Amino acid sequence: MISVVRPGPLTTVQDLGRPGWAHLGVPRAGAVDPVSLRLANRLVANPDGAAALEATVAGPDLTFGVDTTIALVGGHVEASIDGAAVPTAQTLRIGAGQTLRMGQVRSGTRAYLAVAGGIDAPAVLGSSSRDTLSGIGPAPLQAGQRLGVAAAGINPPGARLRVDRSYSLDNEVRVVLGPRHDRATSSGLARLLGEGYTATPSSDRTGTRLSGPTVELVAGCPPLASEAMVAGAVQVPPDGQPIVLLANHATHGGYPVVAVVVAADLALVGQSRPAGTICFRQISRQEALAALVARERELDEAILPRGQGAGGGSPRHG
Amino acid sequence: MNGRLASSAGLAGPVSTAVAFLGERAILAQVDDLATAHRLAAALRGAALAGVEDVVPGAGTVTVLADPLVCDLAALATALPTWELPPPAAGSARTHQIPVVYDGADLDEVGATCGLATDEVVRRHTAVTYTVAFLGFSPGFAYLVGLDPALTVPRRATPRTTVPAGSVAIADAHTAIYPQATPGGWQLVGHTDTVLFDAGADPPALLAPADRVRLVAAR
Repeated sequence: MISVVRPGPLTTVQDLGRPGWAHLGVPRAGAVDPVSLRLANRLVANPDGAAALEATVAGPDLTFGVDTTIALVGGHVEASIDGAAVPTAQTLRIGAGQTLRMGQVRSGTRAYLAVAGGIDAPAVLGSSSRDTLSGIGPAPLQAGQRLGVAAAGINPPGARLRVDRSYSLDNEVRVVLGPRHDRATSSGLARLLGEGYTATPSSDRTGTRLSGPTVELVAGCPPLASEAMVAGAVQVPPDGQPIVLLANHATHGGYPVVAVVVAADLALVGQSRPAGTICFRQISRQEALAALVARERELDEAILPRGQGAGGGSPRHG
Repeated sequence: MNGRLASSAGLAGPVSTAVAFLGERAILAQVDDLATAHRLAAALRGAALAGVEDVVPGAGTVTVLADPLVCDLAALATALPTWELPPPAAGSARTHQIPVVYDGADLDEVGATCGLATDEVVRRHTAVTYTVAFLGFSPGFAYLVGLDPALTVPRRATPRTTVPAGSVAIADAHTAIYPQATPGGWQLVGHTDTVLFDAGADPPALLAPADRVRLVAAR
């Protein structure tokens, strides 16, 4: 059991979402940065898709009722256990009665907290993810609430990530052109691919709304009928300011999708901060597949077992 | 395949399908009409291809979302236009009567835009039998076709940040009911207490493609 002392601005239960229901209009939802969610889960020996907490901009304060292990991965967050600073990106022990405080997310926008065994929240249509668009799944954390923790096996050994995954302000994000790129003018596409954009504060789990050079649409095209969307879709509304759809996007949309952010880079968009820049670079679909294969290999090699590697792998706490 | 949508005429085949890629994780098949979209979607679901996660019809499209490390989407994109499609599903469509209280925030404005008295908007909106084209946008949200052309109104210039659950709305050639409180840009003409989506029910959505819907004015 975990008691929520302070919920943070928006802390939700997230897993890898609920695929398979888009034809009923059900968003996939799930973690905006599924890579960080998976790594956090792996650090506490959970399956990749175990339910964890996604903290937005700042994290919660949580008092644990059990001895267990936890891991913080994603945007770098200042964290402490009973007042003693603890590092991110490694397995931490926390004891019954101790309080984890997660402060501001200092790089990126979202940090993930995995708990050994996973957060025990009722599954709806096969997932415990909070769908923030349509309100399916467990409500965002509230002060005073108690969260169940699924039974964990033996405490996993200490481990840490080989590399610090904290996010930088400026990112190059790879895209595959299409399918509706012929709806944009060639100069509009050149601007999209040649100049930088910033995330606006109106971005949320459904999408990152960008501000930057206008992507002109070809005049006089009949409106598109609603068609299914995919996370990473770069939609261009009539005002020419692109929107990159994220995990909690609506299943259908009517704005033309002129490009799609490759899976390997989508977390960079979801973690982008208003102060940073995003520069798009076009690659081929085959290159996007290769990038995904490389990303999966990196994930499999990301975790150093306890005691291995430079700098020592033992958790500072516990 | 460079991801560009070829014209349907350029790709011969039983489906008359032009296929484009949505990044490396999805393909978008453009077909001639809604009925073909549903037949293609049925064929894709029936094929139960490994790695396919979602098969999602739109008005004249079917989008296939997949794990590209499991499903060879390029091979599927090449093969799709030669697929033989099943006949349209018969006999499963249901007819729903949904009571609507016509008290929507935009009802008078819709009347003004269409040059019709409010009573006449309600009369025309309840006079026809709608057909569910497809579901999308939010859980259980059904795009209903069959709207009286005299009631065609554009989306609001600025969408509302929250539309109340159960709102009955019009935009362009469609009418719909918002199952949940969500952001929305359609013009609101009324509301219903009918539950359109219940995640615990099987199926979770009240309405299915090809179902018929009668809206009945209630007080």
